[in-house]
Amino acid sequence: MLQIDIREENGHVILVLTGEVDASNSVDLDNAIQGLIQPKKKIIMDGSALEYISSAGLGVFMSYLEEFETNEIQFVIIGLNSKVFNVFHILGLDQLITIKTNKEEALQELYEA
Amino acid sequence: MRHKIKLNCEKSRLVDLRAFLNKVLSKTTLSEITKNQVILAVDEVCANLIIHSHDCNPSDQIALEVTESGDQLVFEIKDHGEGFNILEYKQPELNAVKKERRKGGLGIILVRKIMDNIEFESTGNQNTCRLIKLINSK
Repeated sequence: MLQIDIREENGHVILVLTGEVDASNSVDLDNAIQGLIQPKKKIIMDGSALEYISSAGLGVFMSYLEEFETNEIQFVIIGLNSKVFNVFHILGLDQLITIKTNKEEALQELYEA
Repeated sequence: MRHKIKLNCEKSRLVDLRAFLNKVLSKTTLSEITKNQVILAVDEVCANLIIHSHDCNPSDQIALEVTESGDQLVFEIKDHGEGFNILEYKQPELNAVKKERRKGGLGIILVRKIMDNIEFESTGNQNTCRLIKLINSK
């Protein structure tokens, strides 16, 4: 089960993932991110309630990295638990995607960098 | 220990697969992180078979057997039909995945990084993929 909530805040959008991302629902994550693509957008993906992610979900993030760069979109992931972070780390995605501990750090990255 | 499960080839069954593995692995001494890695690797192989070898046809089945013997956990995944030989799959470079905006190819990289040994054999119509994890490794 995956629940996706999108919350607009002042200047940025927060994409909240709750549950598990696998091959059965990664298309929902894909559609949600696709809907957020807009030049210079600032996106925070809150993964603090994300319990599991498989390569299908990681592949969705990977497939947007170029588009984020082209559109100067800033994308930061926050709140990953150690199991989920470990999966990003095994693949080296923590080197390609900005991952921060919490929202404060993400906002610093988005607005002070 | 020996546990078995059969899955119909539907992506929605992956959640049942993970629940089964969670239960089986709760009796082992694996850390939470390693347990998650092992569940992920088996999920990846099964998802691959369900999607690519069986076109998500719910009347096809794959069978998983988990055995613990000595210092290793063995996950034996059997299916019928055109085999997917994980050992022959040429895994993509991460940068190529990014540049080509492709969504696939990462699963096999994960399986290879997580498992200590991978075996594949095809006999007649039956394919067997064996994933081996040494306990207390990595």
